[in-house]
Amino acid sequence: MLKKKAMGIIFANMHDNAVSEMTQKRSMASLPFGGRYRMIDFYLSGLTDAGISQIAVITKSNYQSLMDHIESGRSWDLARRKGITILPPYAYTNADSNSAYHGRIAALFGIMDYLEHATAETVVMMDADHVCTLDIEDMIEKHYNNNADVSIACTDPDYDPDNLKNCVSLKEDDTGRVIDIMINRCSEGYSQSINVFVIERKLLLSLIADAMAHMNVIFERDILLANIESLRIQAYHHKGYVKRITSLKTYFEANMDLIDPATVDALFLPRPIYTKVHDSPPTRYGLSCSVSNSVVADGCTVEGTVENSVLFRGVEIEEGAVVRNCILMQDTKVMSGVVLENVIADKSVVFTANQYMKSTENYPLYVKKRTIV
Amino acid sequence: MKECIAMLLAGGQGSRLYALTQNVAKPAVPFGGKYRIIDFPLSNCTNSGIDTVGVLTQYQPLELNDYIGNGQPWDLDRLVGGVHVLPPYQKASGSDWYLGTANAISQNIPFIDRYDPEYVLILSGDHIYKMDYSIMLNQHKETNADCTIAVLRVPMDEASRFGIMNADENGVIYEFEEKPKHPKSDLASMGIYIFTWKELRKYLLADDANPDSSHDFGKNIIPTMLSDGKKLCCYTFDGYWKDVGTIDSLWEANMDLIDPNRPFDIWDQNFKIYSRNDAYPPHYISDKASVENSLICEGCRVSGKVDFSVLFSGAVVEEGAVVQSSILMPGAVVKKGSVVSFSIVAQNSVIEENVHFGQLPEEVEDRSQWGVTVVGPNLTVGKGAIVKAKAMLYDNVKEGEVKC
Repeated sequence: MLKKKAMGIIFANMHDNAVSEMTQKRSMASLPFGGRYRMIDFYLSGLTDAGISQIAVITKSNYQSLMDHIESGRSWDLARRKGITILPPYAYTNADSNSAYHGRIAALFGIMDYLEHATAETVVMMDADHVCTLDIEDMIEKHYNNNADVSIACTDPDYDPDNLKNCVSLKEDDTGRVIDIMINRCSEGYSQSINVFVIERKLLLSLIADAMAHMNVIFERDILLANIESLRIQAYHHKGYVKRITSLKTYFEANMDLIDPATVDALFLPRPIYTKVHDSPPTRYGLSCSVSNSVVADGCTVEGTVENSVLFRGVEIEEGAVVRNCILMQDTKVMSGVVLENVIADKSVVFTANQYMKSTENYPLYVKKRTIV
Repeated sequence: MKECIAMLLAGGQGSRLYALTQNVAKPAVPFGGKYRIIDFPLSNCTNSGIDTVGVLTQYQPLELNDYIGNGQPWDLDRLVGGVHVLPPYQKASGSDWYLGTANAISQNIPFIDRYDPEYVLILSGDHIYKMDYSIMLNQHKETNADCTIAVLRVPMDEASRFGIMNADENGVIYEFEEKPKHPKSDLASMGIYIFTWKELRKYLLADDANPDSSHDFGKNIIPTMLSDGKKLCCYTFDGYWKDVGTIDSLWEANMDLIDPNRPFDIWDQNFKIYSRNDAYPPHYISDKASVENSLICEGCRVSGKVDFSVLFSGAVVEEGAVVQSSILMPGAVVKKGSVVSFSIVAQNSVIEENVHFGQLPEEVEDRSQWGVTVVGPNLTVGKGAIVKAKAMLYDNVKEGEVKC
């Protein structure tokens, strides 16, 4: 159990542009992942597991799918007296501004009232753009033990230049104290931020008020880097599977990683990952089907051939259809004679009979929600 | 006040399910991959607009209570009404177990009176079917009946296994025969009754006062109402219905779900069957696996051969193992090289490596000795063991042991 009362803040839209194809009508936090989940499920389940029930989800745009997913919060045991709250953007109602806030500082400034009235002493802020199962209780405990002002969860660096955009790198001294922070770059001796921060609520409030007064906008640069001497910023190393969603390609890879049971164990064994319950019936495999090396959620009907693929709930594969290296989201229908390779189909896409669609592994083809191909 | 509330009889031991109901009540027995038997009547209530359900429990209620919880999975967590678990309780003037189906209801008259219903629907917790009770209730109101009994047409040569209703052309019952040797009709009672509450209330009180009664709806209440000239009507149901009170019928009903002709459709989005869900990731089929004509649920891992089988959440079939015409209940594990045929492996039981569990019909010379093989929950069948057809295992099996 946590020593002090804690609350969570999730920034649902912070990384929408990483996968802009898929976030046309949704936020990063509500991006479907792994057959039956949304990105936010890993974070909400982690908070629940740590005994944190007061959670604010800060949204900026496209938050309908997120609201639809979270509902009352019951699926994560968050429908409680001080439970989950979705906070739509305040800035739209601000006469001075014709657009929603930019950046984490302005977003937090927009919920100052909410934060001031909260009773929790410690705040966990998270972006929901990494696939990982963090031990939040452990992170908060270490934060207290280190007497840190800010703790940042981080993982081993990924030097792939394609994945460096918006990546935050941290350099530590021997004690794990952060001594340098870089954005969009990573060098030897640095680790990479998972965009999960632990900070005392009172400190956060004063830092935000101060930053706003100085017209600062970027949390990492204007608050963390600017105060790197005076604040004790501590790195928290998460051991275990981490994948940052930076592009369609990394999204594809992260889903494909689930085809290895070792990844599934790393993500789902530490604690249950909850998600919205759909009451889908079991998946039915037909007489003529052939399935190998695939991850399949409930509610599917498989009569055709499926290889190396991830099928979300309610996918239908007709007899004679072939699906290879694909991610088919909820209620995709693949009719007879269709051949798909390296395709990401968004929700409710229909591939009509005998269509042929093929791409390469490093450039998966994305088909928009409700398209009839 | 509620127009109609349901009372679900879930106290039965289900003794003919043997090892499967050693520690759980029959309604809590897993069914159909991700359900329990009680999900069907509860979901029927939800889909029929009945929001108040009393669940009468008696035998091994722990798991059942836990499963029902606050009723949220069935949308039965209501401010007024909702689902209530009703065990027998001690009263100022002594206490009694539920002595029969009718007595279970009459001990709960105060519960029913709280909702002051016009009608009471009596259900049992051991049948697999989908039914919109509101249609039956409408008929009950239209015919002005005192009691409406749901009936199913059964083959005439099987009618002597059921409670048979003899009715006139308008569906008004004039005679009821329990398991008649020479049945006069093929209308079998499904154990689903709608009573006009003020009538039933009178009969329950009278029945309670009768020391010779066995306090049963079929044996006492219905015959007495008939002889008193009350109006009892049939409601003919023509969908799928199965009493899963025996190992064979439980196995068959599961297999009906993978029948390509789909005698029973649980995929209908407009009449969903709800259940309490565990948080499992999607299931995984490896490149060594071969899966055909089967139901597989979340959390399963399949590397072996699965044919004509139902795998419940979290079941595991290792490489080189074969599971055919069988049911693996939640968390069951079949290890490398084992062959499981025509069997039910109950929750969390483990079939170790190279076990021969159950037999195909053609492997048994004397067909009368062939049947479904069952291992109860949380047991281990040791390496290399051989378990013959029709065996019923209550205990662990040692390595290399042969069980008949």
